[in-house]
Amino acid sequence: MSALIVDIILWGSVAALAVIALQRGRLVLTTSVREGTMDFINIVPRIALGVIGSGYIAAVIPSEVITGWLGPDSGWLGVLTAVIAGAVTPGGPVVGFSLGAVALKAGGGAPQVIAYVIAWALFAFQRLLLWEIPFMPARFVWFRAAVSLPFPFLAAAIAMAIGKP
Amino acid sequence: MSELPLKDPAPADDAADGEPRPGRIRKPVGWSMIVIGVLVAVSAALVYRRDGINGVTEILTHDLTLFGGILPRVLAGCLLGAFIAEILPHEKVSRSLGPESGLKGLLIGTAFGAILPGGPFTAYPVASALLTVGADFGATIAMVVSWTLIGYGRAVVWELPIMGTDFTVWRLVISLPVPVLAGALGRFVYVRLYPKGAPQ
Repeated sequence: MSALIVDIILWGSVAALAVIALQRGRLVLTTSVREGTMDFINIVPRIALGVIGSGYIAAVIPSEVITGWLGPDSGWLGVLTAVIAGAVTPGGPVVGFSLGAVALKAGGGAPQVIAYVIAWALFAFQRLLLWEIPFMPARFVWFRAAVSLPFPFLAAAIAMAIGKP
Repeated sequence: MSELPLKDPAPADDAADGEPRPGRIRKPVGWSMIVIGVLVAVSAALVYRRDGINGVTEILTHDLTLFGGILPRVLAGCLLGAFIAEILPHEKVSRSLGPESGLKGLLIGTAFGAILPGGPFTAYPVASALLTVGADFGATIAMVVSWTLIGYGRAVVWELPIMGTDFTVWRLVISLPVPVLAGALGRFVYVRLYPKGAPQ
């Protein structure tokens, strides 16, 4: 259901921008469509490899290893472990959340799991390689990842301070 | 690749729009693909050894379904990025998202990332387009980080059902300041790293 809403918003935005482009002139519209389609054709093989392949990568990563060290008593060492684990967890929309959920169920501490999920969202290595590098200048991607490094720790610190979730 | 055809300047009211946009980076199959390819091959072999051919095909069918599902969204994302690069007036973008845009630029980037529909297939082409039309690293970082951490798409579709409401809501609240902070840190480092502007 929510996926449908996202799709509607997504294609609605495309349609709205297409109308604006058409108002600027036919050429603007055709250039944009051609550029976008070329990007699409270029990107599909990478996505095919990534999406179809990441299931295998996720299947061989031992989840106990990732989740076992994140207990509530693991403190900052646990947070550090969580950040590293988040970085090596494959991208994909499901894997990080699923492992995070497993960690919570297996008794992981909330700050550690927060750090894990945020590190995974910010700089999962596979996502950097698979999604960001193909679309964006590599210099920007590495710069952004480096700048993001402190924030899982900050989030864990906030979670510890407020005692939530 | 040789697709930089003579791009006639778009007939726009804004003079800044008249310049042909620099071609976006399209890399041939690079080392990142090779790394992933090797990882996938090794993992698939391990799955085969552990679960036999059934394990391999089961994952393959599941992932093929996933792939088929996101393919239209990838197209939408690429079109969105292309439209934005073509339509947005460069001058305005550099004013509101450029190096001199201050906190306001970071907030705009954050808001934009939070409301941007779609997945990585939308966010990264759009971010790349913003860079092309004059946004600086700081604002673009705020946008990408905001999209990953507080974008509603991922939180609603994936995180809520898997992690539960309590965790998701608190995770979101704690993440709220992060995009602006990351963007500010990005700017701070960037001007010290490249005091004379971006190397080409």
